[in-house]
Amino acid sequence: MSSHEQQPSTEVARSGTDGRLPERFENPGLAPHRHRLADSDPKVSKRSERQVVVIFLISVLASIAGVVGYFVIPLDEPSILDVRLSTLVIGAGLGLGMLGIGVAAVQWARALMDDAEKVEDRHPMSAGPSVQQQAFEMLRDGGSEANIARRPVLKGAVGGALALAPLAFLVPLIGNLGADWDISKFARTAWRPVRGGDPERYYQGQYRYLAVDPQDRRIKASEITNNNIVHVIPHGLPEEEHYLEEKAKAVVLLVRVDPGLLKESAERADWSYEGIVAYSKICTHVGCPVALYEQQTHHLLCPCHQSTFDITDAAKVVFGPAKRALPQLPIAVDEEGYLYAKADFDEPVGPSYWQRER
Amino acid sequence: MTDTTTSAAITEPIVPKPVSGTVDYLDQRVGAASMIKGLSRKLFPDHWSFLLGEIALYSFIVLLLSGFFLTMFFVPSMTEVHYPEDALPVTMQGVEMSEAFASTLNMSFHVRGGLLMRQIHHWAALMFVGSMVVHMLRIFFTGAFRKPRELNYLVGFSMLILSLLAGLTGYSLPDDVLSGNGLRITDGVVKSLPIIGSYMSYMVFGGEFPGTDVIPRMFTLHILLIPALILGLVALHLFLVFWQKHTQYPGPGRTDKNVVGYPLFPVYMAKAGGFFFIVFGVLALMGAFMSINSVWNYGPFDPALVSAGAQPDWYMLFLEGSLRLMPGQPEFVILGWTLSLNVLIPAVVIPGLLFTFLGAYPFIEAAVTKDTGEHHVLDRPRNAATRTSLGAAFLSVFIVLLVAGANDLVATHFGLSLNAITWVLRVLFFVLPVVVFVITKRICLALQRKDREVVLHGHETGTVRRTADGRFYEVHQPLDEFERWVRVGHHVYRPLQLAPAEDANGVRRPGGRLDGIRTTLSRFFYEDRVEPVTPAELATAHSHGEHDQLPAGESSRVGELTSTSGTSH
Repeated sequence: MSSHEQQPSTEVARSGTDGRLPERFENPGLAPHRHRLADSDPKVSKRSERQVVVIFLISVLASIAGVVGYFVIPLDEPSILDVRLSTLVIGAGLGLGMLGIGVAAVQWARALMDDAEKVEDRHPMSAGPSVQQQAFEMLRDGGSEANIARRPVLKGAVGGALALAPLAFLVPLIGNLGADWDISKFARTAWRPVRGGDPERYYQGQYRYLAVDPQDRRIKASEITNNNIVHVIPHGLPEEEHYLEEKAKAVVLLVRVDPGLLKESAERADWSYEGIVAYSKICTHVGCPVALYEQQTHHLLCPCHQSTFDITDAAKVVFGPAKRALPQLPIAVDEEGYLYAKADFDEPVGPSYWQRER
Repeated sequence: MTDTTTSAAITEPIVPKPVSGTVDYLDQRVGAASMIKGLSRKLFPDHWSFLLGEIALYSFIVLLLSGFFLTMFFVPSMTEVHYPEDALPVTMQGVEMSEAFASTLNMSFHVRGGLLMRQIHHWAALMFVGSMVVHMLRIFFTGAFRKPRELNYLVGFSMLILSLLAGLTGYSLPDDVLSGNGLRITDGVVKSLPIIGSYMSYMVFGGEFPGTDVIPRMFTLHILLIPALILGLVALHLFLVFWQKHTQYPGPGRTDKNVVGYPLFPVYMAKAGGFFFIVFGVLALMGAFMSINSVWNYGPFDPALVSAGAQPDWYMLFLEGSLRLMPGQPEFVILGWTLSLNVLIPAVVIPGLLFTFLGAYPFIEAAVTKDTGEHHVLDRPRNAATRTSLGAAFLSVFIVLLVAGANDLVATHFGLSLNAITWVLRVLFFVLPVVVFVITKRICLALQRKDREVVLHGHETGTVRRTADGRFYEVHQPLDEFERWVRVGHHVYRPLQLAPAEDANGVRRPGGRLDGIRTTLSRFFYEDRVEPVTPAELATAHSHGEHDQLPAGESSRVGELTSTSGTSH
């Protein structure tokens, strides 16, 4: 092999003269190792050693500072500043303590440890056909000792037992996970008229009053100013059981728009009151609250995936990944002018699901 | 000397007494000496990109440590409480919230180092998934997944999926407005599954959303089941790395039959061990100085609240983007059953396709090359042009989805129309991967030609000489054999030439159709290729002088595919 200072091309050219060049280049083997300065100069290696020691020392000091920080900054009666300072000091101590060890170790390895690459043989993963053959024979012997061949009933029995046994574990597990599995709840909300309800919460004991979220104060139609949005929950809901589950379905947005702008279908003509319309706040896409209202365009925008609904046109989708309009809540006012829901939504609110139309 | 022990340490003081004593003790009980013999001087090749997997491993250890700290103070309960009037932060005093949220606040403001650990944990989670993804890209682009490492690739792939689940379940635990809406989106996606979706939703939440079960359940998944699975796979992953020995980049002296590198003890113990402390140190400093997930700014979960401009953690952003890009029309009611393709396609089908491509790629490439040999020398990405281009196209789709996940921020920061951005991204989702594929492939082939050029004519030196007869030429510095080997040592695949599916009489042969697909794919992969320089070509180039052209017709295939080589001066 030629020495590496030589121009390798000459070698190729030389061997070319006898007209017999190899088809491919041959692997030239490892390039000669180039020694570091520290390998020959003790001063340089001493300096590297000092660097490593200093970095370890920084680590030691930082760790001590972190522990001291724990004790000198108590959080018994803290201010925000104490919290911030404690986090900084403990974190900086821990961080520099760790970082110091790491940097020092790597520097040690790079500067002081032997840096000549070594070569080791690899062996194929497979031990070869003869070992494979032995393995097959062992499997065959084991199989024949088990006496499983030509016993289909036994095989079936083993398979059947193994397949069924986990069921006694899985069925109770999965069976319990879904509580009562009553998915018809998706289609009912707390706006559903009741019989004999609390007159505080239900108009005539039947129809749920609308209330401001989160104060739970009933709303008069006259309070709703033009083109402003009000976030609404069923009155009295916060005191009830399953508050969050019910709220997650029942939240409603109330907007008053110029009645002339509303495009209302004949069957929904009496669902609004003097231009006040109530729509479910739960996006029909995947269920985020549709919280943004653009006053200029009368559009509701869901901040999660930007489905956009037109309030003046039955909250139909004008952009984004939702397909269906927001369900509308039919509303009316009582004798004192308080808003109540005349009925529940006529369809399930929120995201679509397989049994939705059933 | 006694005859009760035959330990070599007694005859020859090679190592200090405590070491030999310990090894002797362990050897007689668990056979430690042969383990040391087998492992301590095992060689590991060196390259900066091999650190990516280490970052993932060490982030995971930091996650376990900081996570253990957090579990000591976190209460995984959705019971409603009122936050104490005398506790920080002031804005949350007296507010009704779940115990999960209250304990998160308490550990942030009243446990010394608690906020630090929360922030370290969150940063480590982002780093964990991030380094896994980049590590996987390294594996992909260098072909480290080839035989015999396909199975270990799948182990890594499974860990990536599990880490996404770990992220999702952990992110939901504090029960703040952001994470609650994340759960709500999860619920919406689950409900879109045909037939079982509604019941799956009940299964996750123990009834209707949000219920009181989901946080305790996610807690157990997050701190027990998922980390245990990841830990088991980490062990398998590392065992296989040891067992199969690490891959190495191409270079002089490196072959598929050897390993060139540094021994585990001491170099790798110092470097890799030290690197653990570096990763821990950096994450701790991030936790100390960089605020993350300040849940008290969002407040406790309330199903009526949402914040605008909210993004999930980065590894979930592609799903968010996918949901945002999808138009709403494809939701259908068939025979009274609702099929929500506007959710299913972006949240299930598209991630499914992306992940299937990732998981199946090693097997696709193996089928196309019909290469049954073991590969331990990595590919330079340019030398696997089609693979590199497919990977780049895949990444471009991923990046389009990431940008789509932040389309509201893009709109507000650059003053653009949200709807216009969404439409542009919808188009880019289909067009960009094709464009990126073509461009990347051209770049790869061009780089290969550049390699040929350099091998044939050497490096440009910038020195211009004038000959006695007045000609000018630039002096080229020829490559030495070591430098040259990197550019000529790779194997170039050619499209498979399989027997046609039907013989001359039109009779189909078994497996003919499969071979047809294989041939087509193989042509797609390897039709465009650049062969490395052969010794004959180099000799020819030199016999004509450094600045001469490669004569046409030297090799017809090479000639047509490398028409630029040799003509640039």
